[in-house]
Amino acid sequence: MIKLNNRDFEWEEGLTVQGLLDKKNYTYPKLIIKINHVLVLSEEYASTVIRDGDDVKVIHLLAGG
Amino acid sequence: MNIEKLKSAHKLLCEYKYELGKIEKGYTNRTLYINVGDNTISEKPVTQLMKDKFIGGKGFGLYYLWHAVTPKTKWNDPENEIVIGSGPIGGITQYPGAGKSLVCSISPLTGMPIDSNVGGYFGPLLKFSGFDALELQGKADKDVIIFIDGNKGTITIEEAPEEAIDSHVLGEQLTEMYAENEEDKRNISVVSAGSAANHAYMGLLNFTFYDVRRKQIRLKQAGRGGIGTVFRDKHIKALVIRFAGVKGNLNNADDQGKINRTGIKLHKEIHDFDAQQCRMRQVGTANIIEVMDQYDLLPTHNYKFGAHPDTHKISSKVFTGMITQNTPDGCWYGCSLSCAKAVDHFELRTGPYKGQKVIVDGPEYENAAGLGSNCGIFDPHDVLELNFYCDTYAIDTISYGTMTAFVMECYENGIINKEITGGLELNFGNADASLEMLHQMARGEGFGKLAGLGVRNLKRIFAEQYGGDPVFLNDIGMEQKGLEFSEYMPKESLAQQGGYGLTNKGPQHDEAWLIFMDMVNNQIPTFEDKAEALHYFPMFRTWFGLNGLCKLPWNDIIPASNKHSNEPAKIPEHVQNYVDIFNGVTGKNIDKEQLIVQSERVYNFQRIFNIRMGYGKRIHDAIPYRAMGPVTVEEYLSRADRYDGQLKELVGFNPEGKTTEEKMAALRSYREDQYQKLTDAVYKRRGWTMDGVPTIEHLQAIGMDLPEVIEVVKNHL
Repeated sequence: MIKLNNRDFEWEEGLTVQGLLDKKNYTYPKLIIKINHVLVLSEEYASTVIRDGDDVKVIHLLAGG
Repeated sequence: MNIEKLKSAHKLLCEYKYELGKIEKGYTNRTLYINVGDNTISEKPVTQLMKDKFIGGKGFGLYYLWHAVTPKTKWNDPENEIVIGSGPIGGITQYPGAGKSLVCSISPLTGMPIDSNVGGYFGPLLKFSGFDALELQGKADKDVIIFIDGNKGTITIEEAPEEAIDSHVLGEQLTEMYAENEEDKRNISVVSAGSAANHAYMGLLNFTFYDVRRKQIRLKQAGRGGIGTVFRDKHIKALVIRFAGVKGNLNNADDQGKINRTGIKLHKEIHDFDAQQCRMRQVGTANIIEVMDQYDLLPTHNYKFGAHPDTHKISSKVFTGMITQNTPDGCWYGCSLSCAKAVDHFELRTGPYKGQKVIVDGPEYENAAGLGSNCGIFDPHDVLELNFYCDTYAIDTISYGTMTAFVMECYENGIINKEITGGLELNFGNADASLEMLHQMARGEGFGKLAGLGVRNLKRIFAEQYGGDPVFLNDIGMEQKGLEFSEYMPKESLAQQGGYGLTNKGPQHDEAWLIFMDMVNNQIPTFEDKAEALHYFPMFRTWFGLNGLCKLPWNDIIPASNKHSNEPAKIPEHVQNYVDIFNGVTGKNIDKEQLIVQSERVYNFQRIFNIRMGYGKRIHDAIPYRAMGPVTVEEYLSRADRYDGQLKELVGFNPEGKTTEEKMAALRSYREDQYQKLTDAVYKRRGWTMDGVPTIEHLQAIGMDLPEVIEVVKNHL
């Protein structure tokens, strides 16, 4: 189990940041992602592995016309 | 078009000459008053109190409107005004999004002040012509055109019987008529309405700018609240301004270098990041159509659902292919965000202009969602055709879309039928019926004329005359304060329910858009957190309207520094940009906290203005249940896992073995209670009583304790 935006989320072996975005259908382009308060750059989404128990924040920057 | 013939039919009613002014630190220190009832024109000084307490733009508009009307004034009384102004920053060309006009009036839909912002050149040209704002009052006997020549210092009111009413024609006619030559057309801006604004309460104002590449006018809309209806009720056909000589330093800023440096920084961000972020330069605000669908936020079928399998047919990719690419599309000089997109050579298939090829300004996100998905219409050509006719007839696309979606749900539920609609089969997805209803609205005929009264009036009429269940109609009629909701699904975000409901003018998202912060990011979990957001963001966003600014360059482009910020939603670097350009123009020395207080004064003034007009209390901040949760079994079952889970986890109600109706009742009780608790928290944070009235202590603390304001408030405490 991990924390995703302070909510429980099922963890699985080999889960990457990109995999998490795909599972959640998080398609919005303006994201700030941190794992245990450490920033993950967009070019590292596919290679960054999330470990069991991690605290993950996927912050969508608000929009609206 | 025979311009000479049109012009020869004009009859001069009034001519006024004035001394050309000079702008000092963003202000001309003078406003213009025009009464089309008695054909008087005069000038008024801008007082220090106005600048200190109201800043400009919407602040000046509300200030003048307050003093023009009484608590008994109705939208169509002659004393009602339309006030148009820019703001001290308005008209600078170094920072993107600085060409907005703010328009205020008493609304036909809400009966209280409405404010609407709009691009196009009028506001800046008005300032360069010598005036910080323009008041229009009175009611003419016959259609008139007002012409301001900002170079010659003349203003005329002319009877104008022969020009068109619809904006795409009238704008061309008047640009041709008042420009001295082709080169001069860029110096003209026309404000006009359209034929549907003669009949419907949701009439808008179009503001033109001349597109020198296309050699045609473009239309930008002050859409919300029916100000175009007020304009036509005054028998104003158009307001035209001419000013030649726009330059980057006309505001006589206190520190031009600071403005230049701040602007260059933002231009570089747009250049570097827009293509990866919002693609404003490619497709404008339509970039979020499919994003909203993917997050279950795109209203479909009158806000029953937040997604639809056919959304891909009206996605941003589809419109990108239809919009003319690689052409500058800013609605004011220097805006490199350039979101004012257009589809060229669009051939109309219906209505009085059938067969003609026209420019469609848009589609903006709201148009695609309101005219499209919310009505179950997923053909992009239909969306564009509706978009075009709404604009030229002067109908607010948001109100029209939300009203049509409501009418369609009523039709599908048998509350209205073909006899009542005059044969229109208003099922979801019937674009032909929607278009015909719109054409009827423009002709002032049939069911279209009735529909133009807006959702609030239709709810009453459907209940009183056609036997509709008033409870159901109130649940599904997506209006509040008389204004139709804009096009976001707020059901799963309590904060956004407040962002729509706890507003001054009604459910328009320009005060706060908190859905991601709340629903997705979970950044504001408590009532106090949400209340803080519903204080900060409405105040921050109000500030754009005081200064003649567009909101989009604030958070539709994100600087590299933002990922390191502790408050990324606020875009702190851009907040500082606004502090810098305000200080750079005006010579003042505010900080980001004082910026919020500037807004707070005007925001509270507007709240008290609403109270003065008989509204503005807690009862008026209630929202329809469709905005909070599932009204129908169909809605509940469509997201049953989500709702069942919430009943267990949040409500403490075990859904097992319960009927859908029982589960819906439990969820409704919980969600309605949540909204009340949120309301309590927001009122407390804003310094208001639990009935929504600003306290005298709070007004004193923020410096909005003017005698006329206190006089109103003390009767409600």
